[in-house]
Amino acid sequence: MKLKPLAAGLVAAFAASLAQADINVGVTVSATGPAASLGIPEKNTFALMPTTIAGQKVNYIILDDASDTTTAVKNVRKLITEDKVDVIVGSTITPNSLAMIDVVAEAETPMISMAASARIVDPANPKVKWVFKTPQNDIQMSTAIAESMLNNKVQTVAFIGFADAYGEGWYQEFSKIAELRKLKVVANERYNRTDTSVTGQVLKVLAAKPDAVLVAGAGTPAALPQKALNEKGYKGAYYQTHGVANMDFMRVCGKDCEGTLLPAGPVLVAGQLPDSNPIKKVAMDYTTKYEAAHGKGSTSTFGAHAWDAGILLQNAVPAALKKAQPGSKEFRAALRDALEGLKNVTVSHGIVNMSPQDHLGFDQRARVMVKIENGAWKLQQ
Amino acid sequence: MDLQIALLLGQDGIVNGAIYALLALALVLVFAVTRVIFIPQGEFVAFGALTLASFQAGKVPGTLWLLVGMGVAIAAIEIGIALRNGTLRRLTSALGWNLAYPAVAAAVVLLGQPGSWSLALQVVLALALVVPLGPMVYRLAYQPLQSASVLVLLIVSVAVHLTLVGLGLLFFGAEGSRTPAFSDASFDWGGVMVTGQTLWVVGASAALIVVLYLFFERSLWGKALRATAINRTGARLMGISTTQAGKLSFVLAAAIGALSGILIAPITTVYYDTGFIIGLKGFVGAIVGGMASYPIAAAGAILVGLLESFSSFWASAFKEVIVFTLIIPVLIWRSLTTRHVEEEE
Repeated sequence: MKLKPLAAGLVAAFAASLAQADINVGVTVSATGPAASLGIPEKNTFALMPTTIAGQKVNYIILDDASDTTTAVKNVRKLITEDKVDVIVGSTITPNSLAMIDVVAEAETPMISMAASARIVDPANPKVKWVFKTPQNDIQMSTAIAESMLNNKVQTVAFIGFADAYGEGWYQEFSKIAELRKLKVVANERYNRTDTSVTGQVLKVLAAKPDAVLVAGAGTPAALPQKALNEKGYKGAYYQTHGVANMDFMRVCGKDCEGTLLPAGPVLVAGQLPDSNPIKKVAMDYTTKYEAAHGKGSTSTFGAHAWDAGILLQNAVPAALKKAQPGSKEFRAALRDALEGLKNVTVSHGIVNMSPQDHLGFDQRARVMVKIENGAWKLQQ
Repeated sequence: MDLQIALLLGQDGIVNGAIYALLALALVLVFAVTRVIFIPQGEFVAFGALTLASFQAGKVPGTLWLLVGMGVAIAAIEIGIALRNGTLRRLTSALGWNLAYPAVAAAVVLLGQPGSWSLALQVVLALALVVPLGPMVYRLAYQPLQSASVLVLLIVSVAVHLTLVGLGLLFFGAEGSRTPAFSDASFDWGGVMVTGQTLWVVGASAALIVVLYLFFERSLWGKALRATAINRTGARLMGISTTQAGKLSFVLAAAIGALSGILIAPITTVYYDTGFIIGLKGFVGAIVGGMASYPIAAAGAILVGLLESFSSFWASAFKEVIVFTLIIPVLIWRSLTTRHVEEEE
């Protein structure tokens, strides 16, 4: 598993010695460990990215941080000091990305995170000047869920989520929105990714008789509560989060997940978007390329976050090249300024308008509600 | 909480507890015979379940290549040793198990199209692939260190565990799988739904425990294992090969692990790393039994299952905390009641 990044690093180092002006992109992804199902498609996506931007050769140096915070920081230090990268992309998960902020700010290197939490680009932190991110904030997704619940006349909701930062973060965001929209959260339960049974939690949820259940989990583990609820005869509506938007979830959950609603980035249903939507073209481009390399139905929204980081770079690098040579401190600063100045850039998850206060730049176009119908994602209008 | 909820939770706890009990028995067995704290026990749970799931998805499971690879490695070592000692004639059985058997297994998996077989045959084939990994792991990782201290063996266990988890991710990917239930039957007993699969789990666990009991009490091999567990030197003086005993205990541990995995795969989603946490809970059970007593370990494991089930109802966020905190009072109680025996050789 370690050989690939090593080989990539060697190739990159060799290439760098040939041409000084190459652009070096340092990547750290969680390709192993608990977040591997998110990190693997991200890692695969870098192989599909263009190898030149504005005529300059681009080297992607990809390291695996094993979903571990210490390793992620170590990777970033190595990328900055040894590989002299111009920009860092990563990491996959929030704790890693938060820990990397100090390092990139100190080295004055721009960073594009592929993790969800809004705290990564919280404008209150001055170090965040160097940090950007591509995934939607949880708050945008939870607003979408709350709206959909109101439209479906749901009044009481039971929450069951991971007993970690993901579940906790969702509960915080969702309970805030729910209070504003007069939705009543009648149960709040937690389970672990590797749990073999959620009977206790499910019985408690059933006892509260909610109109809908919101499961806040990522990937296939999110199927467990829904299967258990179905088994015990729960008849209400199911909501999942965008963390389940991959085909593995569908495979494991099977017919138990029919009719489930979830918010997701538009790339998940790229083919069903109206032609007038500018996101469709970009999202289809990514889907086609990824599926050509990895098989039909293999696209996930997580890999698309990496693709979007690539698109941001493709738009920002030409402006930075006018000001300085890659490999210099001035180039990194120019690249940061260029990233912050991006306007109306269409990526596979939405349309980006960066500003000093907003290093994500997404609006409502960055999310759609999707329903699971006959084992496929169906766009809801 | 009313009676029905208590019954449902109790049922859930017993089903999980039955699996933990099997693993606790395997851990006690391996520790007693070889002094190895077998952390990779859980990996056999995941390998068993995911190998079966691969067959059902019509894929070739990576465990096949692991079997072939480890077989070749062991055969190379054995040939090297035989050449050095000039004992080439004794090689037949080692080569048979480590080269011919994996080759036959590979032929069956690649040519037999197990995807279209019946569930029972798939289960047998999955066991046939995963169980031999147990003695192979023993041969490669533990046998050269047979007389090392418990601490060294524990460190080797951690290394083996990390290696197998990494291989599991490589073979089966990060996402989990489920397999179809052995039986779709369900019964209504006094308002409590009992599914056929839960009966399978409890029944198979109980049957295995009885078989293990008979094996240890009645068969010569079982008695040899017990003798090794009680006194290694004494057993060797009586002509019992401790290496053979070690291998046999690993065969049993791998078989119990793989079977547990196959039993729970229809109830829950199994991931490449699911086994570790299940194994840890079995370990808590084994600790309750002081790593020595089979019945207390099994009872401890059932207790862990019940505790887990009820705490997930009352305080789901603290479930794991409650389960693993159980170790502390148990350890205090054990250290106060048992006399400490220094058993380093």
